[in-house]
Amino acid sequence: MSEHHPAVTAETPNAPHDHDHAHDVSKHVKGYLIVGALLLVFTFITVALAYVDFGSHTANVVVAMIVATFKAGLVAAIFMHLKGEKRLIWQFLFFTVFFAIGLFFLTWLHWIDPIFGTHHTHH
Amino acid sequence: MQIPYETTARPDTGLYNAKLGIWLFLASEVMLFGGLFSAYVFLRLGADDGYWPMGLLNVPIGTMNTAILIASSVTVVLAWAALKMRQWAKYKFYMLITIICGIIFLAVKLTLEWPEKFVHFGAFIKKDKWAEYEAYLGNEHRTKLGLSPRPEISGHLHAVEVAVAPEKKGDFDSFLIKHHLVAEAGTDPAHPVLVVKDDHGHGPRPSIAEKLVRIPGVKAVAYEVELDAVNADPTSPDNDRPHFIPRKRSDKVATIKAEDISSWSAFAPKHSSYFAVYFTITGLHGLHVLGGVIIFIYFYLFGEKLYRKNPEHMANRVEVSGLFWHFVDLVWIFVFPIFYLL
Repeated sequence: MSEHHPAVTAETPNAPHDHDHAHDVSKHVKGYLIVGALLLVFTFITVALAYVDFGSHTANVVVAMIVATFKAGLVAAIFMHLKGEKRLIWQFLFFTVFFAIGLFFLTWLHWIDPIFGTHHTHH
Repeated sequence: MQIPYETTARPDTGLYNAKLGIWLFLASEVMLFGGLFSAYVFLRLGADDGYWPMGLLNVPIGTMNTAILIASSVTVVLAWAALKMRQWAKYKFYMLITIICGIIFLAVKLTLEWPEKFVHFGAFIKKDKWAEYEAYLGNEHRTKLGLSPRPEISGHLHAVEVAVAPEKKGDFDSFLIKHHLVAEAGTDPAHPVLVVKDDHGHGPRPSIAEKLVRIPGVKAVAYEVELDAVNADPTSPDNDRPHFIPRKRSDKVATIKAEDISSWSAFAPKHSSYFAVYFTITGLHGLHVLGGVIIFIYFYLFGEKLYRKNPEHMANRVEVSGLFWHFVDLVWIFVFPIFYLL
């Protein structure tokens, strides 16, 4: 097998690694804390914006989804290391998004061709 | 057997194998939650005006749980960073915080949020009877302001008024004894009913009330409800829109005739499309949190052996489980506004 396992005996073992050297990681720690703080701030902003009247309820939904997408983007890019991640994973994600949209489209189809007799009071 | 590429990148993918694996798994998770979110979107778009409930969940508690989940995402990435820097004690510390956050999140769901829903009572009033319950619905006021109508009266059951066929009195009485309920005669001699309460003077739980009115020979006549604030004072500007701080329940009791109700239940999945999709999505999400916590506990308790042998492998395990955990956080980032706020 291609794995190379050096014997580690010290209290703080130190195996070689091909990327992400320890000092690189320590540089990122501050960034993780800042992103965490940003996510908390944007959570409170989401809550506050829900009680602001943007003219229509649809507008409130759009604003909340924009903030949520921004937060999700932060989590994916920084915490999940998508920023600077290998090309293959981005390719996977492209297909995932494509098929997820396809899934929403399939659900949407009932809108133009509902099953006869199923329209009643929805609650 | 040695699994290849635990720590080194496989030449053709450029990734260690577990990372490729977890991203494939997360792609399938996107489809799983995507299906449910699409159900949410189209159930909501298809709901009649006023029938999609708003403001029923506790926003401060939801906000707190969101903050807890975000904090745990930070600590799990710090735990991974600690392993990369070969700081075992720090890793243990951050992992422990992550586990505690996950457990708090679940505990809040299972003790503060869900159980309260199962004792709450809501009755949708038939459209042609809305005028009779105007004092609790306030729909004239809402129409004037251009707000969606309010079709539901909700609160907690204060009593159930029933009529019992004399030959079925035995079944009825034994049901009362079994469920610690008492029945007294109603005060209106023109409409003789039995008023059923529990031995603390409150109504039965909705699930028990359902069984009660389904006993053959027992007919529901009316439901007495200790009203939620929105129904106690429906025309107050305070109740036009949902609030951040949930309003206290009033002590006002309303009597709703059974024949005027189109459907009633606890705030359980069958109450409405809203609660059906709420319990499905938050339940599935909760199971993911539980799964993450179990894995983290395993890494916390039994990770040291692997760390001593191959610290980079251990760091990669934490990175991969962390990716799963961040995904669960990411789902919650959407769940929170769509159910609690919008």
